[in-house]
Amino acid sequence: MQDVLLDVQNLVVHFRVYGGYLKVLDGVTLQVRRQERVGLVGETGCGKTTTMKTIMGILPKPPGVVRGGRILFKGRDVLSMRPQELEHLRRSGISMIFQDPTAALNPVFTVGEQLEDAIRYALGRRDHASVREVALSALQSVALPDPPRILESYPVQLSGGMRQRVCIALALAYPKELLIADEPGTSLDVTIQDQILRLIHRLAEERKMAVILISHSLGVIREWTERVYVMYAGTIVEEAKTGELFARPLHPYTGALMRCVPKLTGTGIAEGIPGRIPDYFDPPAGCRFHPRCPHCMDICRQRKPQLFPVDENHRVACFLFGRNSRG
Amino acid sequence: MDELLVVEGLRKFFATSRGIVRAVQDVSFAIRPGETFGLVGESGSGKSTVAYTVMGMYRPSGGRILFRGQDITMPHARRPLALKKELQIVFQDPGSSLNPRRSIREILELPLRVHRLVDGRRLRERVEELLNIVELPPDYAEKYPRALGGGEKQMVAIARALATEPSLLVLDEPTSALDVSIQAKIINTLVRIQKERHLGYLFITHDLSLMRNIAHRVAIMYLGRIMELAPAQVFFERPLHPYTQMLLSSIPVISEEEERLKPAKIVSTGEIPSPVNLPPGCVFHPRCREAWEVCRREEPGMREVEVGHLVRCHLYGA
Amino acid sequence: MRRTRIGRWWYKFSRNPLSVVGLIIVVGVVFCAVFAPWVAPYPEHAGPYVNYREANQPPSLAHPFGTDIFGRDVLSRVFFAFRSSLLMGVVVLSIVVPVGVTLGLLAGYFKESWVDILIMRITDIFLSVPPLILALAITSVLKPNLTNAMIAVSVMWWPWYTRLVYGMATSLRNEYFVQSAELIGASKFHILFREILPNCVSTILTKMTLDMGWVILIGAALSFVGLGEQPPKPALGTMVADGAKYLPEYWWISVFPGLAIMLIVLGFNLLGDGIGDLFSLEEA
Repeated sequence: MQDVLLDVQNLVVHFRVYGGYLKVLDGVTLQVRRQERVGLVGETGCGKTTTMKTIMGILPKPPGVVRGGRILFKGRDVLSMRPQELEHLRRSGISMIFQDPTAALNPVFTVGEQLEDAIRYALGRRDHASVREVALSALQSVALPDPPRILESYPVQLSGGMRQRVCIALALAYPKELLIADEPGTSLDVTIQDQILRLIHRLAEERKMAVILISHSLGVIREWTERVYVMYAGTIVEEAKTGELFARPLHPYTGALMRCVPKLTGTGIAEGIPGRIPDYFDPPAGCRFHPRCPHCMDICRQRKPQLFPVDENHRVACFLFGRNSRG
Repeated sequence: MDELLVVEGLRKFFATSRGIVRAVQDVSFAIRPGETFGLVGESGSGKSTVAYTVMGMYRPSGGRILFRGQDITMPHARRPLALKKELQIVFQDPGSSLNPRRSIREILELPLRVHRLVDGRRLRERVEELLNIVELPPDYAEKYPRALGGGEKQMVAIARALATEPSLLVLDEPTSALDVSIQAKIINTLVRIQKERHLGYLFITHDLSLMRNIAHRVAIMYLGRIMELAPAQVFFERPLHPYTQMLLSSIPVISEEEERLKPAKIVSTGEIPSPVNLPPGCVFHPRCREAWEVCRREEPGMREVEVGHLVRCHLYGA
Repeated sequence: MRRTRIGRWWYKFSRNPLSVVGLIIVVGVVFCAVFAPWVAPYPEHAGPYVNYREANQPPSLAHPFGTDIFGRDVLSRVFFAFRSSLLMGVVVLSIVVPVGVTLGLLAGYFKESWVDILIMRITDIFLSVPPLILALAITSVLKPNLTNAMIAVSVMWWPWYTRLVYGMATSLRNEYFVQSAELIGASKFHILFREILPNCVSTILTKMTLDMGWVILIGAALSFVGLGEQPPKPALGTMVADGAKYLPEYWWISVFPGLAIMLIVLGFNLLGDGIGDLFSLEEA
């Protein structure tokens, strides 16, 4: 496939702890095509952020250990890259914005100093005037009012929404092919979150950039992505075109999760999913969802289901939908 | 007078180095026994300040708070013990609402001991009953908070609040730090407990979809004021205030059915102004697409446009 | 591998090998001090013993640290000197910690009330006087002996604990669990000592371990100028001071006690860092 930008195959990541390992990622597989907006949805602790940190080459090692799998960005293996190559990748290939814009900005430097540093780093040495010009246009592109004033401001002088925009400007000061947005605007109000997501959407279109949108909110994923991966306990359990997934969720986890979301129809909230996310130190054998699954069969306790295509737009890792254990 | 809690013209100002923050301005509402009264709003709207003032954690700058007709407009340090028993709160962050150095048993025994609700021999039994109410196994009594998941911690916080058998429970974003699958369980437990005990809830959240499913009546706050107050069904089916409409239209939903219930998309613009420097006239006018000249000049009052449906907007004035 | 609580502690503690070094030093020093009469090669040299034939011997197998001008074995005297040093540390901390911590809790919890202002202003005054000078002043007014040295160091040391706990208490009192206890109607005593204090214990313990070293150092400084344990009882500071007169020919008389001071301070500091790691919130 020519147009695959990012190809993650069977990624296994563990964390060293006292007495053994936390087996967090258990074979994560996902692809992002050029200019595609992909969603990754899952609950707290399911491994979304670990996956993205590994892709960016910023997984702290130790305690993190990549036990297996491949990450190909434009056909090149990220996991075997040398530090300079990784730096180049982050400079001109992939950018990431984080959930907490306050933590991503240094409080003792002005926005301008941080932004100009990032631009100088990305472009190599440049004269002051042209760097400033790039900085101003970067702030303009994220629709911040009065860019010259913002350049002089310290992060504390900006609101949460403005800080998030500055983070986006920082991440995209130089053209990128993939933007990883980890829960953008989650800590902000709905109206501000809506504005931020709209901004990311617009920038992605203008710059022909692919986006991975990570969120725990099914609503956000439905509104802003084309294709979705549903993650549970370190594995991808379902993958589908966004419309298809919301119309016809197949994996028992996806279905249960959707029933838990409070609806505007006011029809009440389902009972929730019994149990809790497994202990990664000693995760359940077979399908990691089986202890919480109402449809659990014998095979689920023994074998790990692989992603199995139900149709061309929909794949699910569940034995209810075919004997995919050979895969 | 069958109201459990009446809040009248509540005001709360904070003096800060940047000026006076008018966190709550002229807030009035009432809660009946067995009713869930929802207070929604974005950050800085003053909804938590209202809750904390009701609890006596802040001294109000003006207005009155009545509990069963009794004036309780004072800080909690001056409230009698018997009153503290009646009003309890569940905080947003389950991580910090339980002391990490105390076992669940010690945490749940505290209210029982302070209010001398059961004698020493029955303490153990009562702790188990409380755990049972929130559907946690009895052996959790010996655990420490760090061994519990976020949802379980919040369940313990609810059990602690129920220990004194209060008649009003303030729930300050009890599930906003939790995943939806855990939220579902907690909300269902809260609903069941309310039915069993005929409790009044003051439920605070920024999540309108959640509010739709739990509140009997809803009030929406913006910059310290209630902008609209209505029975839940009316509030969601016929929202009148432009702010309510804007907020409702920007919430992400997961089905076409819900999409149809949302007001036509109003692209949200602007940010919430600083509560130190409030805009003149209607505080919402800088973000309001309906705003006209009078909105910039004059602050609208609360008007009852139909029975039980109050709006603070010049669009619905005489 | 079975995972136990003690095993988990050891895993966290031992991730930094220097913590283990600190632990070994501290255990070693404590052992030598407690069992000095049995461990020291010449226990009688700790007292008023004189043997001029053996005086000023350089380090040898019989006297690994050499002998002093009275012919006393320096190693034996160092072991006995550990006793007064450690005693000083333990006594000072057991006076200073309860006082300092209680005042800090009160001031922090009643922030911005007269309690806070009174306690913290007094604390500030004590903190603004150079500690060694204050201790020197007190000991020179009183009779110079170990007890008075301990009193002097205690007087100058408690404000550090007040400051430390004050900072923690002012932030802890806003935690929701403290607010909950207040709203339930729990007593002030309960809130201070059952809700807030347990959350300060780890930091206090870490500081205590570090302070053992510093108190011993100050104690040595006081005995160096003759305001601590009086001769003929051995004290590390006195030994360094006495030996200093015979430098550089009989260097061992002062260098080995000096190294012993360094070792104790280093040991407690390394151990303190390890204890800090032990209580850090990071999961293992």
